[in-house]
Amino acid sequence: MNLLEILLLLPLAGFFITMASPRESKVPYLVALATTLITFFLSLGLIGPAGADAAHFTSVIDSPWITSPNFHINLHMGVDGISLWLVVLTTFLLPIAVWMSESMIKDRPKSFFALLLLFEFGLIGVFTALDLFVFYLFWEVALVPMYIMVGAWGSGKRGPAAVKFFVYTMFGSVLMLASLLYLLSLTGTTDYIGILTAFSTGHVALTAQQQLLIFLGFFMAFAVKVPIFPFHTWLPNTYTQAPMPATFLLAAIMSKMGTYGLLRFSLTMSPGGAQRCAPWIAILAIIGIIYGALIALMQTNVKRLIAYSSISHLGFIVLGIFSFNQQGADGAVYQMLAHGLSTGALFLLAGYLEQRRGSLEIADLGGIATPAPAFATVFLITLFASVGLPTLCNFIGEFLVLQGAAIAHFTWAAWAALGVILSAGYMLWMYQRVFLGKIGESTESFPDLTPRDWVPVVPLIALMLWLGCYTQTFMPLISSATNNILEQTQMNNTYQVQSGSKELAEARHAR
Amino acid sequence: MPANFVPTASDYLRLAPEIALTIFGILIMLLEAVSKGKRTYLAYISLIGIAAAFLLNLAAYSDPGSAFQHMVVVDAYATFFRALVLVVGFLCILASISYLDREGAQGGEYYALILFSLVGQCTLATSADLIMVFIGLEISSIATYILAGYLRDDRRNNEAALKYFLLGSFATGFLLYGVAWIFGMVGSTNLDAIRVALESNSGSPRILQVIAVAAALIFVGLGFKVSVAPFQMWAPDVYQGAAAPVSAFMSAGPKAAAFAVFFRIFMTSFRPMEDRWIVLVWGCALATMLIGNFAALLQSNVKRLLGYSSIAHAGYVLVALTAASEVGTAAAMFYLASYALMNIGAFAIISHIAARHERFVKIEDLAGLGRRQPVLAALFALFVFSLIGVPLTGGFFGKFYVFEAALHSNLVWLTVLGLVNSAIAAFYYLRIIVAIYMHEPGEATAEIGSPAAGLNLAIWASAIGVLVLGIFPSTLLKFASISAAAFK
Repeated sequence: MNLLEILLLLPLAGFFITMASPRESKVPYLVALATTLITFFLSLGLIGPAGADAAHFTSVIDSPWITSPNFHINLHMGVDGISLWLVVLTTFLLPIAVWMSESMIKDRPKSFFALLLLFEFGLIGVFTALDLFVFYLFWEVALVPMYIMVGAWGSGKRGPAAVKFFVYTMFGSVLMLASLLYLLSLTGTTDYIGILTAFSTGHVALTAQQQLLIFLGFFMAFAVKVPIFPFHTWLPNTYTQAPMPATFLLAAIMSKMGTYGLLRFSLTMSPGGAQRCAPWIAILAIIGIIYGALIALMQTNVKRLIAYSSISHLGFIVLGIFSFNQQGADGAVYQMLAHGLSTGALFLLAGYLEQRRGSLEIADLGGIATPAPAFATVFLITLFASVGLPTLCNFIGEFLVLQGAAIAHFTWAAWAALGVILSAGYMLWMYQRVFLGKIGESTESFPDLTPRDWVPVVPLIALMLWLGCYTQTFMPLISSATNNILEQTQMNNTYQVQSGSKELAEARHAR
Repeated sequence: MPANFVPTASDYLRLAPEIALTIFGILIMLLEAVSKGKRTYLAYISLIGIAAAFLLNLAAYSDPGSAFQHMVVVDAYATFFRALVLVVGFLCILASISYLDREGAQGGEYYALILFSLVGQCTLATSADLIMVFIGLEISSIATYILAGYLRDDRRNNEAALKYFLLGSFATGFLLYGVAWIFGMVGSTNLDAIRVALESNSGSPRILQVIAVAAALIFVGLGFKVSVAPFQMWAPDVYQGAAAPVSAFMSAGPKAAAFAVFFRIFMTSFRPMEDRWIVLVWGCALATMLIGNFAALLQSNVKRLLGYSSIAHAGYVLVALTAASEVGTAAAMFYLASYALMNIGAFAIISHIAARHERFVKIEDLAGLGRRQPVLAALFALFVFSLIGVPLTGGFFGKFYVFEAALHSNLVWLTVLGLVNSAIAAFYYLRIIVAIYMHEPGEATAEIGSPAAGLNLAIWASAIGVLVLGIFPSTLLKFASISAAAFK
């Protein structure tokens, strides 16, 4: 049995076992924890084969599934350098989410654990699908458990927040479905590799108009999911109302579904459309970076602040992708991993804050560093990772993205860099108000991290350092995969857009 | 015309399911008259009758062809729809037993009426002649009118039946008028003969124009039966007013049968003039989706909401008709099958929650179902997600296939608008999910018990069907495609 098959079936099996286990016991928790941990350790086994053959997809599953007279759909899945690390990120963060939920979810924990496992199943599928239909399917499968987690376990106005989240995403996904169907009717297949081969051999040539339509359909789905400004309005509500483990997963992994989709499908399925829209999208990304940072600066709630900072950081990933060069794409993928770790860790620590104080309003907090020095230190490290301090993970990603953006268009990089400065501003200001300053009467007896709290924190910080200091573990695999994608967009990695549209137009013309 | 009108053995075999259903229906009415005490056993007899008809339907398919001087035809298409309406009838009877017990209305005529209605629907599925279409439609409709008003002490039931009857007979008038015009122009009511006449007569624009008017009249008559805008007004009132199992039946069985004949007429007889009617169907499909979905947004009664949603779903099926291709017909067949299953499942669960005299049919009455009855809630969620069109359910694959067919015929804008519609639909379906899982239990769910065995069986069977169609659609797809190809 293929390792990838096991990785997909394990969470699904865990889902059913959890559903069947007794309600008022530790069993669901233990099943969920064991399943996610085993899945994580097994997923490390994907690294070997992927490293041995970096130019191709490895651990491939390819079996016929749906046959109909006018189309065939194969269950086609596989792993390359990008998928690999996103799958490992998923399987790494899921045990942490289970660990968090054990102490943070008091109501109907069994169903929550079951949904976490279903979510993991969907995510692994999304990151490894090599057929557009299969991709769409897992995309929606991942959406449903998250919707229920937000709606059933969230706080305050959870119902409207969950519905807004679902309907927004649904609008995006139906447009993706339209693009998918359109591609199917034009190429006769939904197979990713099949379509790429058809393009590169010149078997199928799409007109500029067709490419634009296909691109926009995919783009809408991914733009909502990431989210890219101005499609971000669901995010603050959802992130704030969701229970902390769900927010953790939303920010750390679910947003990567969008950026992954942009890189994997938007660029390759309609290269012409992507290039035509790239300047506009880059501008939207930059607006997102600055807008997210400015709004974050004004927030009075820690969770909301991190949510807006997330919009800002995700803008970098999008900018990197639409720079259309090696540095930008590598940086985008690296930033996906780094953002997953650092934002995830921030939400984890915010969860600890909420558990201890019952509130995340900055006004209710203050001076926590005195009673809880270890907690303050850990928070500071994570925060530095998030603002992009060298030797920590986000630095590498943001640096590469800015470099890629500068190569593509220098002003893009100049504007985007503003976001880095602002992020230091809002983060440090928040730190100052929450951890330093006068000790409030409520924060006097603030308990420091317990051994149980340390368990997820240590590996997260270790990985942030690893990603920040030793890129060689991750980068070669990422580069070969992004190189493939860039080649597929008919742009080799030395291609530069130095002075705007003239060369671009010539390049397009030449093809 | 052949001189010999004596039916042969294969004529009888091809009509055997209808014959069996009629015999069982009459038997039940006789037993009803002579039996004293509990009449639940009549339900089981009707189930046996449907099972027998199902087997005979398969047997008839072993010898396909036309019967009774080309009045009926047994082909893969007819077999598919006969099987579908029989399954619908079977599930609805299973879901009705405990409902009728609860309402104190257990009686043989209910089951006999369902069987007679099925006779009409089977006739529709097999009809190869406009006269048969009319007969089938009448048999099916009259039985359904009575079913809609079956709980005669209930005011809403009476209202539903009267509305359905008055508007329905009016619409049938249109159909009959259209048939008369056709007969006047072509000299035949046989579907193939009309097609041949159209193909050979393409030179004369006058005749074409008259036939186009006739086609429009037939469109009105059938459009009413499948609740196509602008003839959809009756549907929400009737679905809301009728007993929940009857609503399940009406929204699945008669609708599927009417669509079956809809496609057969337009894809055979009127195929040569498709460029004339495609525009009309395009507009109606879009209007139907929009009216159904937007009106459903405002509903607070679950049965009424599902009534509007059934209008919207009729719109999706019309998209498949707009495609005017074999792929489109196959897509509609698949869609109707999956829609029947998910809708019966949803209505069956509502019939259980509604409690005596259907007191609890508001969305907020579903509040907290997830806590009180987790299994029932999960199944309800499955049906709702299927209605939304979330992957791994039959509802998703049906939509996928319908819009794939539409794009195959280059209907880019209709596809985009249709898909956007299905996203709008998510909004009102989610209100059900929100109530089930995200609200605290209320009065309705506090006293709710487990469903009875028959109802449970119907719900589970629909759920398994929805999942099988969503995960392993290939078998049904293949059969649908074969059936649709026979229209050439």
